[in-house]
Amino acid sequence: MKPIHGNPGPQIPVLSRRRFVQGLALGGTAALLGGFAKPSWALAESNKSHALSGTEFKLEVTEMPVDYTGAARIATTINGQLPGPLLRWREGTTVTLHVTNRMHVPTSIHWHGILLPFDMDGVPGISFPGIAPGETFTYRFPVRQSGTYWYHAHSRFQEQTGLYGALVIDPAQGERVRADRDYVVMLNDWTDMDPERIFAVLKKRSDYFNVSHPTVPEFLSDASKLGLAGALRERAMWNRMRMSPRDLVDVGGFAYTYLMNGTTPAGNWTGLFRPGERVQLRFINGSSNSFFDVRIPGLKMSVVAADGQDVEPIAVDEFRIAAAETYDVIIEAQDDRAYTIFAQSIDRSGFARGTLAPRVGMEAEVPPLDPVPMLTMADMMGATGGDEHAMHGMQHDAVSLSRRERVPEGRVRVRQSHDAMHSSEPSSRRYAPGLRPPLPTGEGSMSDAIRAHHASSEFHNPGVDMRVDFPRTNLDDPGAGLRDNGRRVLTYADLRTLGGSLYPEPVTREIELHLDGSMERFIWSFDGVIFSKAKPIHFRYGEHLRVVLCNDTMMNHPIHLHGMWSEVESPGGEFQVRKHTVNVQPAQRVAYRVKADALGRWAYHCHLLYHMEAGMFREVVVA
Amino acid sequence: MNARIDTLMVACALVCLMAMAAPASGRQSAHPMDMTDAATPRHHAPHAGHANVAPPPPAAADASHATHDMHATVAPATEARSPDYSDGYGHGSMPGMDMHDDPALGMLLLDRFEYVHARDGGRAIAIDGEAWYGRNFDKLWLKFEGKRADGRLQDLRTEALWSHAVAPFWNTQLGVRHDFGVGPGRTWAAFGIEGTAPYWFETEATLYVGQGGRTAARVALEYEARFTQQLILQPSLEANFYGRDDSQRGVGTGLSDIEAGLRLRYEIRREFAPYIGVVWQQRFGRSRDYARAQGEPADDLQFVAGFRLWF
Repeated sequence: MKPIHGNPGPQIPVLSRRRFVQGLALGGTAALLGGFAKPSWALAESNKSHALSGTEFKLEVTEMPVDYTGAARIATTINGQLPGPLLRWREGTTVTLHVTNRMHVPTSIHWHGILLPFDMDGVPGISFPGIAPGETFTYRFPVRQSGTYWYHAHSRFQEQTGLYGALVIDPAQGERVRADRDYVVMLNDWTDMDPERIFAVLKKRSDYFNVSHPTVPEFLSDASKLGLAGALRERAMWNRMRMSPRDLVDVGGFAYTYLMNGTTPAGNWTGLFRPGERVQLRFINGSSNSFFDVRIPGLKMSVVAADGQDVEPIAVDEFRIAAAETYDVIIEAQDDRAYTIFAQSIDRSGFARGTLAPRVGMEAEVPPLDPVPMLTMADMMGATGGDEHAMHGMQHDAVSLSRRERVPEGRVRVRQSHDAMHSSEPSSRRYAPGLRPPLPTGEGSMSDAIRAHHASSEFHNPGVDMRVDFPRTNLDDPGAGLRDNGRRVLTYADLRTLGGSLYPEPVTREIELHLDGSMERFIWSFDGVIFSKAKPIHFRYGEHLRVVLCNDTMMNHPIHLHGMWSEVESPGGEFQVRKHTVNVQPAQRVAYRVKADALGRWAYHCHLLYHMEAGMFREVVVA
Repeated sequence: MNARIDTLMVACALVCLMAMAAPASGRQSAHPMDMTDAATPRHHAPHAGHANVAPPPPAAADASHATHDMHATVAPATEARSPDYSDGYGHGSMPGMDMHDDPALGMLLLDRFEYVHARDGGRAIAIDGEAWYGRNFDKLWLKFEGKRADGRLQDLRTEALWSHAVAPFWNTQLGVRHDFGVGPGRTWAAFGIEGTAPYWFETEATLYVGQGGRTAARVALEYEARFTQQLILQPSLEANFYGRDDSQRGVGTGLSDIEAGLRLRYEIRREFAPYIGVVWQQRFGRSRDYARAQGEPADDLQFVAGFRLWF
């Protein structure tokens, strides 16, 4: 197979690989329907004017044929479009949405990140019974917020097969951010495979889609550089734990064709601008199981909103967007040239791509995929409090384990050996599972490693293959594959929501939940308990509580709480950023505050669809 | 904790191996008991829904395990919190939930289906595979391994087992085995473990107790070395032990045979891979004598070609 644009990433030797990754230029519903069904907003010079806007909407869920790779497949679409129509609401109005199911199976639409009555939230089995075939369900709720959001199915794998769309809410007071043009850039992962089969395959052989397993030639190459002992040492921990340092995501380019606004990389979605204009790009990761690292070579992006909430503008070269997150950025291009919007998947197995150009038909160079990231020891084991000795030991190990990437210095510390581990155990970090003392400010001091409180259900559990005792707490790590890549990469530590927290009252309770799983068995859970075996989580109505998430796994998990904001705290316990989906990195501990002001039953889950379906899902009861 | 279970499981496999060196059948009869005892976790995995009654984890602070324990906790039992934040609230009565996080699934793996060409010109067709059906932690697990030569079934080992997950990488397997082929059929009770040992060794170790006090043990190891994402070298090792002579089936007391294989496969698809390989087979003790009496070689180098298939 020929590498794509000098792609140094995994070589996937499938005959039609190039077409598969790049897709058909006229892929999607257009390929079969002469372009009429193509969402007009995705093709338009400015998709603002082609949105469905107002307060009353009619949406029809239908199955229809699409073709992104040369193989016709059946997709789940809204009004015959994939993605579904861009809905434009206005803050302060009440919207009414009539959703008609024209399929033979039940469906649903969930308004992601929207504050609304729980029975309008669109989760079958929790907020309503779903929309039966032939039926129409009418959603009606007041719009109490503004910004960039999205909507998607919450029924089985219909989100994977195309049932999603963008949601843009205009502020009641007019746009805070001035922009000459405004585009939604929605990223998705299309697959020709039946997602039910993907799920079953993952259950049988969870590494099925991983096409960058370490190989014998790599080992020999390392052995010639590091010596045999060095090469063995580098692999020892991973091999003992039966984990792959390249297990970044469960499903990658082996099965996915990545889309930008429903367009394949070959199709090259294009947004027009005039040099000197300010262009707002509303990035939405509407994928089912993908993380994208997004950049526009040649342009700085000023991030002005995250998950629909305005943040202090921060200029970056690149950001990682987890499934279900949204980021609004402003770009200002002065030159009369084209720019590539490049969104490579976290495992570098493929990319979504589009172009910003002064005129239709222009293209810029598409950069090569970065090397496949290697997870580091920090991704496996988090931080640990310790003395300088342990620190030095860690650095040695971490460096030798990840020559490609250096963990940010002085922030993340890793236990280097068993003696370091035992000598460095902080004895004073045992908090009762109620409240913990506030953390010292100034992240990364040597003595402030936080001990995780494991649940009893995480022990003696064949569905929990690893636990992290001392997760790292810093938010300023861009994550595997983005560390020290020479570009300014956004992290959560950069995000500061304008106006601060919405809820000034103190936090009165804390609950800790651990993100667990068994890679091998493809079981994913909170606290080692899958959804079907778990009881709901009770939030007391009106309380302001802190949720602490500790990731005991080596994968990222974007955790989405329905119906209420997740106000992420800095490691020092200060308000940081308000989000609806909080990505928790491997071996990381993230705390956020929740104001339990929305009565009812809500879904709470990992937004990687296959993790959710495998059990990383809870029901939250606010009562 | 995980490291302890790994150690325990590998120890089980080693017990089987050591048993092969011991000729006395009387001594072997104790092993099935040892095995089941060892392979059954001291504390059963907590049923997730009732996890708050889970027994406390042992503090795994033993320095010799420490490197393994880096991922395991050293938290004393008293610190483990409850995963139950329900305050007595149950799930609502809303219909329509379609989560299937513990689905019943089935899989068939034909690990080897091959044409065997022995150095002395003998030819055979060999098969080795397994099939399972079940949920996350409990499965019905079938195994089969056999050889057909000279126009008839030489031997076929079949097993039907209840496979139960006891650790992230390990299952216990309890059930029955029946041997078909030349000579009278033999039926056994089977007690085994199956899983992935550290360093990615696929491991199976099973002890068998048959009619009339017959005992047997079988250990099988497999490894996968990737040369590319599709070209995979699979070394394997299998050893069989019998506690008592069975002249009708041509097996003798003690270590009966060892088979070491090296198969190079190319995964055209993940699910389908043709391969070629060499297999070295060595019989020992009375088994060797029986083989010779039958005019079969005591040791044999075979060339194999076949395919691997699963779905």
